[in-house]
Amino acid sequence: MPTTDVIDVLAGIEPDSAIDRLRARRPESRRHAQGSYDALFAPADTAHASVAERAAVATFVAALHRQHGAVAHYRALLEHEDERLVPSVLDLAAAAVTLAPEGPYGEFAGENAPESAPGPRFVITDVASTYILGDRLSAALEHAHLLTLHPRDAAPADLQRLEDAGWSATGIVTLSQLVAFLAFQLRVVAGLRALQDARAAVDPAVSITEGAGR
Amino acid sequence: MSAVIPAPEGLVPPTRFTQETLDWVPWVEPLPIEEVTEHHYEALVQRSRVKNPYFRLLARDPDILRERTKADLDIFLNTDAGLPRAERELAATAASRVNGCVYCASVHSAFTTQQSGRREDVQRILDEGVSARIDQRWDAIIDASVALTQTPSAFGAAELAGLDAAGLDDLEVLDAILAASFFNWANRLMLSIGEPGVPPSA
Repeated sequence: MPTTDVIDVLAGIEPDSAIDRLRARRPESRRHAQGSYDALFAPADTAHASVAERAAVATFVAALHRQHGAVAHYRALLEHEDERLVPSVLDLAAAAVTLAPEGPYGEFAGENAPESAPGPRFVITDVASTYILGDRLSAALEHAHLLTLHPRDAAPADLQRLEDAGWSATGIVTLSQLVAFLAFQLRVVAGLRALQDARAAVDPAVSITEGAGR
Repeated sequence: MSAVIPAPEGLVPPTRFTQETLDWVPWVEPLPIEEVTEHHYEALVQRSRVKNPYFRLLARDPDILRERTKADLDIFLNTDAGLPRAERELAATAASRVNGCVYCASVHSAFTTQQSGRREDVQRILDEGVSARIDQRWDAIIDASVALTQTPSAFGAAELAGLDAAGLDDLEVLDAILAASFFNWANRLMLSIGEPGVPPSA
């Protein structure tokens, strides 16, 4: 079991720094955020989703979040698992960012329909990419884009596409957890980085405040 | 057998954001009850969750479910100082409102009301959206949650200044970051592997 805390690494948190001590106040959430990473990327069972597939999806999703440190982290895992996938995954992510730079967008239903902000669906049409990635991974990246940028547009047909591409019921759950976990992890990283930067701007020694509580 | 299952006959989708209790039906067959082992129960953490189709669907991958459940319980229920529970639920509600997860918003807006006693204020966030202005402290937490919910995250110095001005200490800020971020996980599951329905009796 890895001992590194990946959120600390990605957020640039040094041991015994003020932010490190702050995170230590929430040891269970810290332990199980890392435990989630371990369950997804060092799984006991790879029958329904390989580690290469997980690493490819994670590299793509990190790129959609435009977090360079996270892209490098998951890309290194992908290189270790199947390096020939790396160029296609990065090229497709770049195309997806051009297609839809920001989320969340998508349709609202019922009385909230006037709030709808329709936007594009990411579809892999490039034959060379499809050839390298295969049906399963192509479908997984398309689904990862939907969940990352416009999750409220998801429909049963999207899961049917995954199944048609070879994903089992359990594989669909794992893939969904993977993309959704990354939405959490990368936001915690962004939040902690912003907090660290803001406190460092005020006081280079980084003073972390904690009041009496309430 | 197909993994994807049809919606039940007569499912009535909610027409708006609500604090009322909604049902949620899965689009993929949950783990059959006869296949639930001790490993799955450990992942559910609370054994009664086996009756819930959402958790029994997630139980198909028990190891990530176990870690997710334990992170969830700590982020929302660990009351060793930090952000009051009502305001963690407020962050969850704001993220759910932005992402458009009507089911998550129903559960966590009701929890916000339960913890704060401020039903009308909570309803305004559901009705008007996250641009509704409540008071300085709630607005700062809502704005921070909204910024974190963007992809890529838009959370930065402005949101932190708002939280500071509203009197949050850094442990409270951390709790707000964790709660809003966690709902970007929960919303994506609830929105993409099933859908809400209005209970038949309602």
